[in-house]
Amino acid sequence: MTSKKIVVHAFLLAGVLLSIFPFYWLVVMSTNETSAIFAFPPKLTFGTYFITNYQHVMENINFTRSFFNTLFIAVTSSVLQLFFNSLTGFTFAKFKFPGSKVLFYLMIATMMIPAQMLLVPQFIIIKEMGWLGSYKALIVPGMASAFGIFWMRQYALAIHDDMLEAATIDGCNKFGLYWRIALPILRPALAFLAITIFMGVWEDYLWPLIILTDTSKFTLTLALQQLKSAHTADYSMVMTGTLLATVPLIIFFLLVSRQFIAGIMEGAVKS
Amino acid sequence: MGGLLKDIYKSRTLYLFISPFYILFLIFSVFPIFFSIYLSVHKWDGIGEMQSVGFSNFVYMFNDPTFWQALINNIALWLLSNGPMLVCSLIVAFVINLSIVKFKGFFRIAYFLPNITAMVAVVIIFQSMFGNEYGLINYVLENLGLSKIAWFNSSAGVRVVIAAMISWRYMGYNAIIYLSGLQRIPKDLYEAAHLDGATTLQTFTKITIPMLRPIILFSVMMSTIGGFQIFTEPQVLAGNQSPYPGSDTIVLYMFREGFNYQNYGYAAAVSWVLFIIIGIISVLNWKLFNRSDD
Repeated sequence: MTSKKIVVHAFLLAGVLLSIFPFYWLVVMSTNETSAIFAFPPKLTFGTYFITNYQHVMENINFTRSFFNTLFIAVTSSVLQLFFNSLTGFTFAKFKFPGSKVLFYLMIATMMIPAQMLLVPQFIIIKEMGWLGSYKALIVPGMASAFGIFWMRQYALAIHDDMLEAATIDGCNKFGLYWRIALPILRPALAFLAITIFMGVWEDYLWPLIILTDTSKFTLTLALQQLKSAHTADYSMVMTGTLLATVPLIIFFLLVSRQFIAGIMEGAVKS
Repeated sequence: MGGLLKDIYKSRTLYLFISPFYILFLIFSVFPIFFSIYLSVHKWDGIGEMQSVGFSNFVYMFNDPTFWQALINNIALWLLSNGPMLVCSLIVAFVINLSIVKFKGFFRIAYFLPNITAMVAVVIIFQSMFGNEYGLINYVLENLGLSKIAWFNSSAGVRVVIAAMISWRYMGYNAIIYLSGLQRIPKDLYEAAHLDGATTLQTFTKITIPMLRPIILFSVMMSTIGGFQIFTEPQVLAGNQSPYPGSDTIVLYMFREGFNYQNYGYAAAVSWVLFIIIGIISVLNWKLFNRSDD
């Protein structure tokens, strides 16, 4: 029995090492000279070049700027999406009004439209609106999402009608019901959605690549790609840039991971 | 009728609450869909006059070897990455779910970690590991007494590299999804099998796989759709203009036509063909999916 236990844990740990190894390799490369990485055998231990590499990154791209650009877009998108999705989800969960069912199913159906099909016409619309190169183009089209509304609705269904009725009798209007009663109850669902949106923005590549033209407005993924395509000879610098762009999100993930994984597992069971 | 209008009027605040989604939906989804149908039968560079060309965009596409190559690459990448990845996910989920495993929370998080790494970063890391001459993988191969492989010089090599990136990034994600399904399987099923003297392998094939079938089909469907949307990997690997052999995909093909050559009409036509391909695959999956409910 115990030997079986050891084998099972050894198997899982081997898998974890495989999952973690590319991160280790990233850190190793960012602390070495490019020549050490391309040596044969490649250097597998930490070096002392991190500061130099870091300085090279800062000279070649405006890392700080990209970092704050990404942070700004991620926070703005999250706040707006949380507000619109939870308000809409709550409305669908707790009120009946003419057409509410049809409108709800119509919204669910939109989840089947593949994003790629809309890429070209959306780009042209954004261009015609004069939004090309602006953060508005990254934030506004996704301000409310069918997935987010559906997710919030599932949670809002659990809010007791008696509570809403009591508040209505006390003179609370419909927005008050949402703001004072629903929002506090929805907090765990909001947290998961916020994390998902935040990470999605951090990693998004295709849409910013199409929209953003001015390098000073670049998000981290674009800045990283720019660094890579321009400096293939200085690989360790590219790796340092990659590390700098990746680590904040990993730390963020580790801080919120329990809640996040629980959210995913709950969502998977529901679907 | 008057009653309905009254109801609608009474619900005006509620309509206001839900309106943002529908306004955005009209501007950024409904209008684009119709616009893209219109575009697909026109030739347009975004500045000059639109020229009606009938179905010639589609005719050109079906005669363009680059399009077919991209489609073949898409299918090859999907098979190469998803087959092994989904099997590994299933095994990992099954093992984590075993009652004797401690630190389940730690394993869940550790396996999920790759999924939160931005694809651009994944490409940069893997490109260096799979270096043609002095990469880490080649070093390992040589130490094992095998010969080096020039990964980026052949279609097969490039596909393996891209498939490795995808598998690494999504294995844990799928394992978490499977794990959530496994936790729904009643414990007494396993206990009964155990009492009857079933081996671990038998419980895996006779209980786990059949009970998980809906979730497995769901993840196959999602990863197929994802497989036809591959873009970042080849684009970051080699840029828009000259993809490595075997790495061109339909979305990259569409992107190049639309955003590098300003062939907006043609790009719209490509996006419709992509939509139809994904639609057919979804319907096929859906049929399988529903059969399991009988």
